[in-house]
Amino acid sequence: MKRELPLFICALMGITMIIQYFIPHPYSIKFYQTVIGWFIIIMTFAFVLGIMSIARVHWNKVSRKQKDWFYSLVALISLSVTLFVGFAFGIERGKPFMLIFEYIQVPMESTMFSLLAFYIASAAFRTFRARTFEATLLLIAAVIVMLGRVPIGYMISSKIPAISGWILDIPNLAAKRGIMIGVGLGSISMGLKIILGVERSWLGTIGGE
Amino acid sequence: MKNLLDKFLKMDRRYIFFLVALGVIIPLIVPIGLPVDITKPVKDVYDAIDSLPEGSYVIISLDYDPATIPELDPMAYAILRHCFRKNLKVITMTLLPAGPGVAEMATKTCAKLENKKYGEDYVFLGYKVGVSAVILGIGEDIRIPFPQDYYGTSIDDLPMMKGYKNYDDTEIVITISGTNVPASWVAYAHQRYHVNVASGVTAVMAADFYPYLQTGQMVGLIGGLKGAAEYEKLVGVPGKAFVGMDAQSIIHSLIIILIIIGNIAYFIVRKSKKEGVG
Amino acid sequence: MEMVWITISALLTLAIFSFLYKDNPIYKFAEHLLVGASAGYYFVIYFFNSVKPNLIDEVVKNHHLIPLIPGFLGFLILFRLSRKYGWLSRWSIAFYIGTGMGIYIPVAMQANIIEQLRGTMVETGKVGEPPLFNISSFSLLFSDFNWHNLILAINGPILIIGVLCTLAYFFFSKPHKGALGKFAKVGITFLMVGFGASFGYTVMARVSLLIGRMDFLVNTWFRQLFGL
Repeated sequence: MKRELPLFICALMGITMIIQYFIPHPYSIKFYQTVIGWFIIIMTFAFVLGIMSIARVHWNKVSRKQKDWFYSLVALISLSVTLFVGFAFGIERGKPFMLIFEYIQVPMESTMFSLLAFYIASAAFRTFRARTFEATLLLIAAVIVMLGRVPIGYMISSKIPAISGWILDIPNLAAKRGIMIGVGLGSISMGLKIILGVERSWLGTIGGE
Repeated sequence: MKNLLDKFLKMDRRYIFFLVALGVIIPLIVPIGLPVDITKPVKDVYDAIDSLPEGSYVIISLDYDPATIPELDPMAYAILRHCFRKNLKVITMTLLPAGPGVAEMATKTCAKLENKKYGEDYVFLGYKVGVSAVILGIGEDIRIPFPQDYYGTSIDDLPMMKGYKNYDDTEIVITISGTNVPASWVAYAHQRYHVNVASGVTAVMAADFYPYLQTGQMVGLIGGLKGAAEYEKLVGVPGKAFVGMDAQSIIHSLIIILIIIGNIAYFIVRKSKKEGVG
Repeated sequence: MEMVWITISALLTLAIFSFLYKDNPIYKFAEHLLVGASAGYYFVIYFFNSVKPNLIDEVVKNHHLIPLIPGFLGFLILFRLSRKYGWLSRWSIAFYIGTGMGIYIPVAMQANIIEQLRGTMVETGKVGEPPLFNISSFSLLFSDFNWHNLILAINGPILIIGVLCTLAYFFFSKPHKGALGKFAKVGITFLMVGFGASFGYTVMARVSLLIGRMDFLVNTWFRQLFGL
C-alpha cells in the first residue's frame, strides 16, 4: 500500500499516456484532456509544498535561535508581508503586491545575476588559458562569438560576424545536437525505468521507509 | 620582470571589477551609437510575424522572470509592439511563476503605447503551473489550462477569444525565455500540434537552441541583447537594447583584452619558470 | 511617491552590489528579504493563477465536482512534510511523475531524436532549402571552385561527423580506446567549439544584465534624484 500502490499508479499513468499518444480516439482524447487538467492542479500543490519547506527551514532557524537566525526572521517577515498584501489587496498592476514585486524583487534578483558579469571578467583574466589544444579551441571560439555578436566586431570586419555565425551554425550545432540526442536518449530510458518501477528513488524515504 | 608579472596575474580582482563598472557606466552616460547589423535568425522571426494577415492570433509566452529582465524585456517590448502594429490578436501568458508581474508589465505598457484595447486586441492569461501540461492543454482547448484570464474574467466573456479554441486558430507561438521552456514549446506545441514556434532567448541559452533552428522546429531565434537590438531596429523602435550595445561592445573588448594579456603574462611567467628550473 | 520606490530599488541594488567588495550583513539582509518576498510572491501567484480559477471557482461557481479529485490528490502532497503520513504524498507524486513521463517520452523521441537525425542527414526542415549534405553542392564546387562553394559543400559532412563523434564521446559502455577513442577525441574538439560558443554568449548575457542594472542606477535613479 505504501510503496506498491504508488508504483502501480505511476506505471498505469505512464503506459496509458504513451498509448494515448498513438491512439487519438475520442474517448482517449477526452481522457487525455481530463488528465492534463488534473495534472495542472496537482502540480500546483507540489509547488506550494516547496514554499512551505522554505518557510519551515527559516522557522526552525528562528525558533531554535540558530546561527544567523536574524536573517531568517527577515525572510519570514518579508514572506508574511507579501502574503498579506497579495491576499488583502489583489495582484493587479499598481496594487501593493505588484509594487513590492516591481521595486523590491525585480531589482534585487536581476542585480544578483548581474554580479556574474564581474566574476566572468575576472575569471577570463585569471583562468582562461590556452594550455592545451582543446582549451585553445574553446578560447578562440569564445572570442570570435564574443566579437561577432556585438557591433564592434562588425566594425572591425564584416567577416567576424560571418565566421561567428558559421561557428554557431555548424560546429556548435553538431556539438549541441550530439548532446541533445544523448540527453534525449538518457532521459527517455530514465523515464521508462521510472514507469516500469526499476528506478524508485522518487518514492523517497519517509519515516525510515 | 617575472615577479612583477606574477603579481600582476594575482592582482586583487576588485581592480577588474572597477574596470568593468567603468566600461558599462561611461557609454551609458556618453553614448557612442555603434551600428547594429541584422542576423538571419532574428530576421526570420521578424518576417514570420510581419507576413501574418491582420487579425491573426499569436500567442506570446513571456516565460522569463526578474533575473533576466534587462536582457529579455527589450525583446518582448519590440515583439509586442510589432504584433500590435500589425493589428494581430495577441494572447500573452507566462509559464514561470515569477513571470506574471513581468509579463503584465510588458503587455500593458506596449498595448498602451500602441493604443490597443484589452479583451478586443489582446488578452493576458497570466500563469499556470505545469509547463508541459499547459502547452498540451492549449493544444486541445485553451479553456482547459486557462478557464479565466489573469483578472478572473471567464475566457468566453472576452470578445477577442470568442471562436478561438486552440493552436489550429493560432498562426505562431513566440516564447521569450531565459530557461529551457522554449524546448518544451518545440516538443509539445510544434511536434504534437504542428504550430509554428519562434523564440527569443537569453544569450546563455541561445547556442543550445541552434539544433531546433536548423530543423525548422523553430522558425527563428532572437539571442540576447544583441538580438533584441536587431529586432528593435527592424521594428523601428530603438530602446534599451539599442542603447546597451555600446556598453556591450566595450565590455566584450575589455574581456578579450584581459584574456589576451592574461595569457601573454601566463606564458612569459611559465617560460621563465621553466628556464629557472633548467 | 514613485521616487521613494525607485530609491528603495536603487538602495537594494547597491546592497546586492556590495557583495563585490566582500560578503557583509547588508548583502545578507537584502538576500533574505528577496528569499522571503519571492516565496510569498510565488504562493500568492499559485493561489490566484492556478488554485482559484482551476479548482475553487470550478467547484464553487461552476458546480463541477470532478476537480475535487485532483484537488484531493494535490492536498495529499502536502503530507510530505509529515513523518507519520508522508507516504500518502506518494500517490499524488506517482500520478504526476507517471503522467509527466508518459507525455514526455513520445514527444522527446520525436523532437529531440528523430527530428535531429532528419536535420542532420536528410533535410533542413525549411521549405525550399536543400539539405546540408548533398551531392549537388560538391558538383558545384568542382565546377566553380571558390571559398563560398567550398564551405557550402563541407558543411554537411562536418555536421554529420560532428554529431556522430560527439555521440561517440558520450558512449561510455566501452572504454575510449582504438577507433572509438579517436572518434571521441574528434567529438571533444566539436564539444570545445560548442562550449566556446556558449561561453561567448554567456559573457554577453551577464554583461547585458549588468548594463540593465547600471542603466537603472545611472539613467533612472540618479537622473531623477538630481533632476538631470
